[in-house]
Amino acid sequence: MLDESTVSRVEVDWAGPERLTMNMGPQHPSAHGVFRAIVTLEGETVVAVDAVIGYLHRCHEKLSETLTYAQYPSIASKTDYVAAMTSEFAYVLAAEEIGKIEVPKRAQYLRVICAELQRIASHLLWLGTWCMDMGGALGGGATIFLYCIRERELILDLFEALVGARLLYGFFQVGGTRYDIPDGWAQTCRETIEVIDSRIDEYPQMLEQNAFFLARARGVGIVSRELAQDVGVAGPLLRGSGVNWDLRRDAPYSSYQDFDFRIPVETDGDCYARYRVRIAEFRQAIAIVRQALDKLPAGPISSRPALKSVAQIRIPKGEAYARVEGPRGEVGTYMISDGSAKPYRMKWRGASFSNLAILPHIIPGHKVADVVAIMGSVDPVFGEVDR
Amino acid sequence: MTAEDSRTALASTFGVEVISAPVMSVTVSPDRWEELGRFAKETLGCRFFSFLTAVDWKEQGLEVVAKVDNLEDNVALLLKTRLGPGVTTCSSLTPVYRGANWMERECFDMFGIRFENHPDPRRILLEDTWQGHPLLKSYAVDTPYPPYR
Repeated sequence: MLDESTVSRVEVDWAGPERLTMNMGPQHPSAHGVFRAIVTLEGETVVAVDAVIGYLHRCHEKLSETLTYAQYPSIASKTDYVAAMTSEFAYVLAAEEIGKIEVPKRAQYLRVICAELQRIASHLLWLGTWCMDMGGALGGGATIFLYCIRERELILDLFEALVGARLLYGFFQVGGTRYDIPDGWAQTCRETIEVIDSRIDEYPQMLEQNAFFLARARGVGIVSRELAQDVGVAGPLLRGSGVNWDLRRDAPYSSYQDFDFRIPVETDGDCYARYRVRIAEFRQAIAIVRQALDKLPAGPISSRPALKSVAQIRIPKGEAYARVEGPRGEVGTYMISDGSAKPYRMKWRGASFSNLAILPHIIPGHKVADVVAIMGSVDPVFGEVDR
Repeated sequence: MTAEDSRTALASTFGVEVISAPVMSVTVSPDRWEELGRFAKETLGCRFFSFLTAVDWKEQGLEVVAKVDNLEDNVALLLKTRLGPGVTTCSSLTPVYRGANWMERECFDMFGIRFENHPDPRRILLEDTWQGHPLLKSYAVDTPYPPYR
């Protein structure tokens, strides 16, 4: 017989809220990079999210004070490594703005072509990985991932022919671009975007009638207009919440005003709205590339002589904030120069850093499964978050 | 509020010169920093918080710079304040703009600036036990820090 006096009793309250703190990341297949989210759960519902970042911090801002204007653009691409062209773009634009350096028209158009091709490639990767996060690698998610990567490979082949690298270029330099397009590249580019244009129709067909996709994306992760602006998110995150703002139209740079394109805006603010914005941006980017290729002027590709020494470019004293509309939003460089060959201070306004800051505000209230869907639709790239 | 009206409103309320180029910027003393943030958001309509950072001007001290935008009227505004030599505290803009939360944590992490009324004052990019504030000019880029360097 059990001696009742020695048996300890534990009272378990099965009805009350019990909070569980769970760690997600930094190694996690759906974390989109090195990201640690410490989520506090009550059952399946997330009550709080503590986003821990900094696992990819490589001191870009300190490095920029030690590298010259000729050296840094090659590593500027490593901040947003998925959209490397737009990362370099912001840096050289700031240096050119302070130094009042003119960029020849041909270089401006080449920059636009590369930035828009990069936007298509980046959104393809986003769509593939987001759907794979939600569908599972062995479930249906890998299907659309493979299709998107197949298209992305075509664009990366174009970049490889142009620059020599697939992911991290060194295409931009202060004063223009470093390379000119080789013979036949324009024709190949036209054919590539024709192929991509015809295949983009497949993605909405696959996704928008899929009940599981709609259940995981509709009504999930709603960002209100007011919250989006207060936190400072930009890009499809902002336009998915109803704010009609795109730097290419509202603060045009590098001859974007020469092109005719529309800015898609959705008002729902959920993951599905952001998905609709990015799908529409595919088409607009293709339209811009076509127009730029048609109107590409002849001329020099840089207004500065070819780089022969690292300290060749000196920018006079001044400051500027230059921003570009990257695939994730406003990528900006606040640069203060002191007349030497290196900047005095350079702040990277990373689009993903501000976009990620929205997670602690919108995730609480959702289920654990939605954390992955929301994080995917925010589309962070941790090179930009941590710099 | 348009750019012109914003400029006059800033000049008259804060009594400081507003620089127009390259970006409209206004420098105030640190005791009016939060008031400036509130004025920019509520009166000027600059509801988009772009970034907040700091600059180390060596002997002259630190400077906190924030950029806010009015997306409806397309006005970009740089807010600046010089903290003065040796001063490392500043009032926080987090009560005004929620986006300032992470940006100010980064300023603390990199420059050592402590923001009063910040809801979550801890390091963001470097680990919690890191010693030193790397973006200060006094911190050499090759400072040894085992086991990372």
